[in-house]
Amino acid sequence: MKLLVNGKPVEAPAGSMVSAAVALAGAWLYRRSVTGEPRGPLCGMGICFECRVTIGGKPHQRSCQIPCAEGMEVRTDE
Amino acid sequence: MSNGFDVAIAGGGIVGAACAAGCAAAGLKVVVVEPGPVGGGATAAGMGHLVVMDDSPAQIALTLLSRSLWIAMRPELPADVEYLPCGTIWVAADEEEMAEVRRKQGVYQTAGVRAEVLSAADLASAEPHLRAGLAGGLLVPDDAVVYPPCAARYFLAKSGATVVRQPAIELSGRGIKLRDGSFLAAGITVNATGAWAPALTPGIEVRKRKGHLLITDRYPGFVRAVLVELGYLKSAHSTTADSVAFNAQPRRTGQVLLGSSRQFGSEDRAIEPHMLRRMLQRAQEYMPEIGQLSAIRTWTGFRAATPDKLPLIGPCPSDPRLYLATGHEGLGITTSLGTGQLVADQIAGRTPPIPVDPYLPARAGAVPHPPQEAH
Amino acid sequence: MTDPRFDVLVVGAGPAGLAAARRAAESGARVAVLDDNPTPGGQIWRARPEPARWLSGYQVILGARVIAAPAAGCLTVETLQADFEIGYRALILATGARERFLPFPGWTLPNVMGAGGLQALAKSGLPIAGKRIVVAGSGPLLLAVAGYLRGHGARVALIAEQTERAALLRFGASLAAHPGKLRQAVELRARLLGVPYLTGCWPVSAQGAERLESVTLRRGAKNWTEPCDYLACGFGLIPNTELAEMLGCRIGASGVAVDDDQRTSVPAIFSAGEATGIGGLDLALVEGEIAGYAAAGRTREASSRFALRQQHRRFATALEKAFALRDELRSLAAPETLVCRCEDVSYARIRACSGWREAKLHTRCGMGPCQGRVCGGAVEFLMGWRSESVRPPLYPARVESLARSGQDR
Ligand SMILES: Cc1cc2nc3c(=O)[nH]c(=O)nc-3n(C[C@H](O)[C@H](O)[C@H](O)COP(=O)(O)OP(=O)(O)OC[C@H]3O[C@@H](n4cnc5c(N)ncnc54)[C@H](O)[C@@H]3O)c2cc1C
Ligand SMILES: Cc1cc2nc3c(=O)[nH]c(=O)nc-3n(C[C@H](O)[C@H](O)[C@H](O)COP(=O)(O)OP(=O)(O)OC[C@H]3O[C@@H](n4cnc5c(N)ncnc54)[C@H](O)[C@@H]3O)c2cc1C
Ligand code: FES
Repeated sequence: MKLLVNGKPVEAPAGSMVSAAVALAGAWLYRRSVTGEPRGPLCGMGICFECRVTIGGKPHQRSCQIPCAEGMEVRTDE
Repeated sequence: MSNGFDVAIAGGGIVGAACAAGCAAAGLKVVVVEPGPVGGGATAAGMGHLVVMDDSPAQIALTLLSRSLWIAMRPELPADVEYLPCGTIWVAADEEEMAEVRRKQGVYQTAGVRAEVLSAADLASAEPHLRAGLAGGLLVPDDAVVYPPCAARYFLAKSGATVVRQPAIELSGRGIKLRDGSFLAAGITVNATGAWAPALTPGIEVRKRKGHLLITDRYPGFVRAVLVELGYLKSAHSTTADSVAFNAQPRRTGQVLLGSSRQFGSEDRAIEPHMLRRMLQRAQEYMPEIGQLSAIRTWTGFRAATPDKLPLIGPCPSDPRLYLATGHEGLGITTSLGTGQLVADQIAGRTPPIPVDPYLPARAGAVPHPPQEAH
Repeated sequence: MTDPRFDVLVVGAGPAGLAAARRAAESGARVAVLDDNPTPGGQIWRARPEPARWLSGYQVILGARVIAAPAAGCLTVETLQADFEIGYRALILATGARERFLPFPGWTLPNVMGAGGLQALAKSGLPIAGKRIVVAGSGPLLLAVAGYLRGHGARVALIAEQTERAALLRFGASLAAHPGKLRQAVELRARLLGVPYLTGCWPVSAQGAERLESVTLRRGAKNWTEPCDYLACGFGLIPNTELAEMLGCRIGASGVAVDDDQRTSVPAIFSAGEATGIGGLDLALVEGEIAGYAAAGRTREASSRFALRQQHRRFATALEKAFALRDELRSLAAPETLVCRCEDVSYARIRACSGWREAKLHTRCGMGPCQGRVCGGAVEFLMGWRSESVRPPLYPARVESLARSGQDR
């Protein structure tokens, strides 16, 4: 499955979550905290909201709970 | 006076805190009695919109005085008060409401409040997420937004008042009786317990008026000014039926705070799904895309409403040393500072900047005269 | 959208929820299970074949989370695209548990994750092969996670377990009464040959410029620093009781309070699995079966499993004792260490408050999108405060979903 992470094409295995695609793209900063600190996933199960990214222009999406889909556009650090 | 306080205030909401700050600035020695967190009552629920309202000349006078006190205080406010000088836009849906815009502008101009009429195109470019087809609006640029609990905490800290963490169980002009049985003697006692005030001063006409609110995640720039539908005036006027109105507020954090609803007769804090639904559907009518934002919390609060929609500020007719500072309905964040000033001026015997008569508890209908019969 | 009414609705497709649904469906009830996760299995059976054994005779609604309970017998559910109501006659809350995180300097750096957290992310495709990983915190989960990570090509540098060796030995001895568990433990250890398992050892800080580079550990009087790519760190589990609280169910000391039939204090609402207390897979399964039978009215079948449940509960009690958190962990956070990661609130600011409500109001601790699910467990451990009221939305939800929640449609 092909996705774009920050404009960069990534190939993610079927069944993987967006959180994995971000890592496969070499990114580890998923979001900035309210005071500007870099943050990445913590809980892996949809409760901490640290893995939030923008998917298809929609901000605040939990990347660990959303399966990758063909052609998805993901942005981190927004 | 065993404890030697000049003023004892029951209630550590924003009104009690502002009264404490006002009295302390007048050189008075103050004690505040509050069992819960400072600003944990209606102050924690309020939207924190600092707004000039023109229901009546007395309402304009108090909100305008208060707003100018907020503006003067702005340089000293700590960051966590989150003062945001975003202005208000009164949104007009149709030509009838545009007529109201122009009337309102006239009233504001006379009172010396800057206000600018926005055409439909002006409104659309100022707030791109409003739906198309609205008629225009009135921009009041000097209105603002704050985070009320931290403002209350700041006022109280600034006053240097002694804080007693207990409920008051009895108030009189001589002081406050606390739950542990002790008595705080004072020259003047102030009932600033908001919607709970009638429990300590029976007979005053203050009723609880419930409101629902919702806050979203951070979407900086989604809403720029506080947006209020003009139908708000109509629904806020209706003192009987339950009502909702579109009210969207930008927070300094980038969050959007959505209001509001008004209900009498519901004393339960729980969210009522039918009211929340009505309120949010109303918001979506004005801002369809708001439906896609992520909501993180909802809550309710109780406004302290009076029959004539003006607060009670000043001595009780039956006991001139017992003051009231309550009944601020949906404006107590704004009018806290004006209230603090009027209370302090009356206690200190100074001439207040605006006439106090419209807010005195002794005005017609506000407080029943001393009961003929105790029961 | 009008949703058919279910005799039994189960929230949570982990072992407890699947077992409950299976038993209720076998009893002839119309059953549905819903879960926030896109696949069934809950935490332990994430990306595993086991759920298949339990999936039959009922509807499974995935990628769907409960966000509100607008009326009795009705839940509002949100998916990525839609929102709808589901009606039920009996409800089983099998909402499981989450990890407890404790703040220490550096814990907010990217690549510091939960132990179960890193495992879940790896199961969802996060590449871990060749990565150097320190596993730390407390509980048997650390071993399971280390075994999984190693099995998938990670270099597990060490496992740091905060509890003392003596407590573990006592626990190990008690395993003799649970041969199944003992065998699992032995198998796990075998898979982890060569990986140091350090008891009485815990992380004191994590370092890195923009992401994790190393972790400093303490054991006895000794402090040292381990370079690593990931720190997988969790201090036990906390039951997910928020939905039960929103529905008005009584919460006890260990989780949702239930009677012999797994009934909560609210009529027609049951709860099973780790939402009622931390106890591991076997307990979750048997509790789920009991709840499923009881919710379908088959109380005799339910009671036939009480003895088995009792046995697993004893194991849970031993577990809790063995992995009790040590006091030193309370002093890990420095004054400037963030406790609330959503709103970036430091320990010092929280300590200056008199209780949860004041902390929320004056610092916004717990007021972000995680709604206190992360900082709540830490604040409870550090300050002894427990958060009160739960209101809709149970999880952040689209405004439009709440604008319809409970409406006739
Ligand atoms: C939904 C909603 C939206 C609002 N939006 C706005 C807005 O945008 N702008 C605006 O200006 N205003 C707004 N308001 C109004 C504003 O919040 C209130 O008018 C204001 O907070 C009142 O402050 P207070 O100090 O009088 O009352 P409170 O904040 O309620 O304080 C009263 C205090 O008294 C204490 N108390 C009670 N009983 C006792 C006792 N026996 N002894 C001692 N202490 C006691 C309570 O614990 C409490 O802390 C809104 C209100 C609501 C409900
Ligand atoms: C992160 C993590 C990893 C774990 N890994 C292991 C392991 O590797 N090995 C091991 O032995 N034990 C592990 N455990 C412990 C294991 O989860 C338990 O022993 C047992 O499986 C619990 O089963 P359960 O059915 O009670 O809950 P869970 O398996 O936790 O299932 C609960 C389910 O409810 C869903 N849910 C909760 N709230 C809602 C809602 N509002 N709406 C919709 N769905 C909801 C969740 O998404 C979840 O899928 C782990 C625990 C956690 C927290
Ligand atoms: S990692 Fe916690 S919500 Fe995704």
